[in-house]
Amino acid sequence: MSNVARQTWDVVVVGAGGAGLRAAIEAREQGLRTAVICKSLFGKAHTVMAEGGIAASMGNVNARDDWRTHFRDTLRGGKFLNHWRMAELHAREAPDRVWELETWGALFDRTRDGRISQRNFGGHEYPRLAHVGDRTGLELIRTLQQRVVALQQEDFRESGDHEARLRIFQECTVTRVLTEGGVPGGRVAGVFGYARESGTFLVLDAPAVVLATGGIGKSFKVTSNSWEYTGDGHALALLAGAPLVNMEFVQFHPTGMVWPPSVKGILVTESVRGDGGVLRNSAGRRFMFDYVPEVFRAQYAADEAEADGWYEDPEHHRRPPELLPRDEVARAINAEVKAGRGSPHGGVFLDVSTRLPAAEIERRLPSMHHQFKQLADVDITREPMEVGPTCHYVMGGVDVDPDTAAATGVPGLFAAGEVAGGMHGSNRLGGNSLSDLLVFGRRAGLHAALHAGGLAPARRPRAGDAQVAAAEAEALRPFGGAEQAGGGAEPENPYTIHTELQRTMNDLVGIIRRDAEMAEALERLAALRARAERVAVEGHRQYNPGWHLALDLRNMLLVSECVALAARERTESRGGHTRDDHPAMDPAWRRVNLLCALPEPAAGVRLTRRGLPAMRADLLDLFEREELAKYLTEEELT
Amino acid sequence: MSDSTDDPTGGPTDDPRAEATADGGTGAGAGPPRRARLRIWRGDGPSGRLTDYTVDAHEGEVVLDLIHRVQATLAPDLAVRWNCKAGKCGSCSAEINGRPRLLCMTRMSLFAPDEVLTVTPMRTFPVIRDLVTDVGFNYAKAREIPAFVPPRGLGPGEYRMSQEDVARSQEFRKCIECFLCQDVCHVVRDHEENKESFAGPRFLMRAAELDTHPLDAAGERGLDRARDAQKEHGLGFCNITKCCTEVCPESIRITDNALIPLKERAVDRAYDPLVWLGSRIRRRRRDD
Repeated sequence: MSNVARQTWDVVVVGAGGAGLRAAIEAREQGLRTAVICKSLFGKAHTVMAEGGIAASMGNVNARDDWRTHFRDTLRGGKFLNHWRMAELHAREAPDRVWELETWGALFDRTRDGRISQRNFGGHEYPRLAHVGDRTGLELIRTLQQRVVALQQEDFRESGDHEARLRIFQECTVTRVLTEGGVPGGRVAGVFGYARESGTFLVLDAPAVVLATGGIGKSFKVTSNSWEYTGDGHALALLAGAPLVNMEFVQFHPTGMVWPPSVKGILVTESVRGDGGVLRNSAGRRFMFDYVPEVFRAQYAADEAEADGWYEDPEHHRRPPELLPRDEVARAINAEVKAGRGSPHGGVFLDVSTRLPAAEIERRLPSMHHQFKQLADVDITREPMEVGPTCHYVMGGVDVDPDTAAATGVPGLFAAGEVAGGMHGSNRLGGNSLSDLLVFGRRAGLHAALHAGGLAPARRPRAGDAQVAAAEAEALRPFGGAEQAGGGAEPENPYTIHTELQRTMNDLVGIIRRDAEMAEALERLAALRARAERVAVEGHRQYNPGWHLALDLRNMLLVSECVALAARERTESRGGHTRDDHPAMDPAWRRVNLLCALPEPAAGVRLTRRGLPAMRADLLDLFEREELAKYLTEEELT
Repeated sequence: MSDSTDDPTGGPTDDPRAEATADGGTGAGAGPPRRARLRIWRGDGPSGRLTDYTVDAHEGEVVLDLIHRVQATLAPDLAVRWNCKAGKCGSCSAEINGRPRLLCMTRMSLFAPDEVLTVTPMRTFPVIRDLVTDVGFNYAKAREIPAFVPPRGLGPGEYRMSQEDVARSQEFRKCIECFLCQDVCHVVRDHEENKESFAGPRFLMRAAELDTHPLDAAGERGLDRARDAQKEHGLGFCNITKCCTEVCPESIRITDNALIPLKERAVDRAYDPLVWLGSRIRRRRRDD
C-alpha cells in the first residue's frame, strides 16, 4: 500500500509568488481553509526579483492618468492581441490592489505630498509605476507574506493553531493535478506532490486548485528566471485537460547582464531607462532613434533634444525611444550586435552615469549599483553597463475566463499571474506583471473560494487510489531509470538533458525565429523526450536536486513543444514573436489565438486556432480610428 | 588530501568521482579556466563529513557556480538551496571558510588561486542534508512579532507619509531574509538554549521597523513595540557586538539603526509611560 500523507483542504494554491499569495489571502478571507504549496522557502518566490514597480493609474504624479489610458497602453504594448476584458479588469482594479498593500504595511516611495510615488516605464504614457527604489518585488512579496502571517496570528488567537485556516507547505513540488476519475477534463479533486526535504509524497484533496506557478524561462539558456521557472503550472494544466493560449509569445527583456559569463542573463531593470539611462552602440550612437516602428512614430521623439526634454516637460515633448515596449528594444539591440556595432562582450552600452548625478543613481537604483559592483566590477555611476536580451517572461499560459480566472475545460481549476495567458497579448509592458499578479490573484482566490464553498462536502470529487498510485509511480520512475532503459540504452543524466534543451530553445526558438530552425527544434525536442524517459538519478529521496530536476524535465519539454509548435504556426511577427521569414505584422493573424492542448498524452500536443473575441465598442472608442487601422482588418473597421 | 579541518565528526574523504574537467551547469567563461578545490559538507548533521572536489573555475564566477558544476558533473545529489543567483532572494546562505555568506554573491576572485574553500551549512540551524539547513526557527519567530496595525479612520488610498519618515523603516525592509544575521548571532550560534526566548536580529529589526512605521497604530491598541521586543522577544540578550551588521549582504545597519534605538526606546518608555503616550499622540496629530 502506498505511503502517502493525505489531507483535506477547501482551496489549494500552487505557488507562493505574488499571484499565489494574493489568491490564498483572498480565499482565506472568504472563510475557506486554504493551503499554499511552493517549491522554495516561503518568501523566496521569483516575484522577489521584480525590480521596477507595479503599474496602476493612481494619477499621483500626473493627474491625467486613469484606467482608460492604462488600458490603451496595455493594448498597444500587446499589439492588440490582448484579451480585452482581462486588460480592462486589470487597468480598472490595479489602483485598489496597490492601495490595499499599504493597509497591510507596505512602504512605497513617496511623492512630495506624501502619496505613493510613480515612475516612468516603457510603453506607459504617464509615470505609473508604484515602486520602492528598484526592489519593488521584494516589497510586494514581503507585504503579502506578512499579511499571511497576520491572518495566521488571527487564527492562532481564535483556535490556538496558526495553520487552522491558512497553511504554507514550503519546499513542496506538485507533480499532478488530480481529477475526478483521473481523466483529463474531469472535475478537480486535489493535487499530488512531494516534499523536497524528506522526499515523501503528499496528496491534498480539494475541489478547487489555483495554479500560480509563474513562467517557463528555465527552458532557455540565457534567462533572467530562477530555477523554479520550469513551466510546472503550464504542464499541470495541460495534463489535467486545460489548454494553453498564446504560447508563441515569449518576452526577451532587452537588458540582461552579458558579462561575466556567470551572470549572463541576470536582469537589469527597465527603471534605468525610465529614470534617464540611454542605449548606445560601439560608435557611441543612441541607436534607438533608428528603430521606432511605424505604429509608434506619433508617440516617440525623433531626436535627442526632443527626447531629453521629455523628462522635465512631458507635455511638450515626445518620449525617448529607449522607452519603447520591450519587444522593440530587444530586437533593436539584437540587430545592432548582429551588425557589428556591439560592445566587447556581445551586448550594447546602457549608460546612466552621464545622465544622473552619482548620488541620485545610488538612491534610485541601489540594487543595480550593488549588483554590477559586486558581480561585474562595474561602477554604474562612473561607466556604462553592457547589456543584451535575456528570456524574461512568457505571455502565453493557461486559457482562462477573464472574470473568474477559471481554466477552460477543467471545473475547479484556476490560474493567475504569469502562468495564465491572454492578459498581455503578444508582449507585456514592464510593471504590468506585478499588477496582474494582484488583480487576477485576488480574482482567482475569490472564485476558487466560491467554487469550493458551493459544493457540499459529500459532492466533492475524490481521487481514487489508482490515480494516486500512478502519480507516485511516475514520480519514482527516475530511481529505476537504469533498469527501465533496458535494451542496452544508456541511462541519461538530467543535467545534460536540461542543458541541451536550453541550448535548443535558445538557438532555435529564441528572439528571432525561422521555419526550418523551429522544425529542427521540434525534432530535437522529440529526441530529448525519448531520452528523458531514461533519466536516472543517484542517491536517495531526501533533498535530492538531481531527482527534482528529472521530474521538472517533463514540464519543460512539454511546454517547449507548445512554444515551438505555436511559433512555427504563426506566420507573422508580433510582439514577443519575431519571424525572420515573416517579418510583417498581419491584421488577419491578430484575430487568431493559437491553443495548445493534450487530449491524448501519448499523442503529443495538439494545436488549434480560435478567434480572438471582439472588443466592446466603448473600449474601441478609446482609440483613434487611424491607430486602429494599423492593427485591425478592413472588415473589423467597417 | 589533507585533513586541516577542525570538524569534529571526521576528516575529509576522497570521493572516487571527485575529479572532472567537463563543463557542467553554468557554461564556460572566456579565459582559460583554473582548477579550484572545494571541500564541501556532505550528509546530514550527525553523520556528515567534508568531501573534496576539484572543478574548473572561470573568470568572474561565484562560489555557487562551482557548487553547480560539482552538482552537474560529480555529485548530482548534492543538496543546496538557491533561487535567484543575484543576491535578491536570500536562499543560498552557507558558510565559506567559516564565514556566513551568500554563495551567489561570493566571487571566486576573493580567494587566492590555490586556496581550498571549505563550504559548510549555516551552523546555527539543524542540517537537513549537505548545505541545506532547517530554517524553521526563523519562520516560527516571524509569527511571534505582532503584525502591522492599520490606523483607524484611514481607508485604502488615504495614507499620507513623507519620504523622510518612511526611509527609516524602508532600510529594514531591504532585508532579503537570508538569515545570515540569525546564523552569526552569538546569542544563539552556540546556545540552543537561548532560541526559545530570542527572536534574533532579523526579527528584532522587524519590531523596530514597525515601531518606526509612520502610521502603525499598535500604540492605540496598547502595544508598545519596543517594550514588547524587550519583554517578549529577547532584545536584552543583544549586547551590540554588531556581528549581524557585518554579515548583512544588504548592508543594513542592523545594530546602529534598528537594535540600539529600539533598546533606547524600550528603556525610555519603561521609565516613563506618559512620555511614551505623549509621543504617540503628537506623532498622530502631525500626520493628520
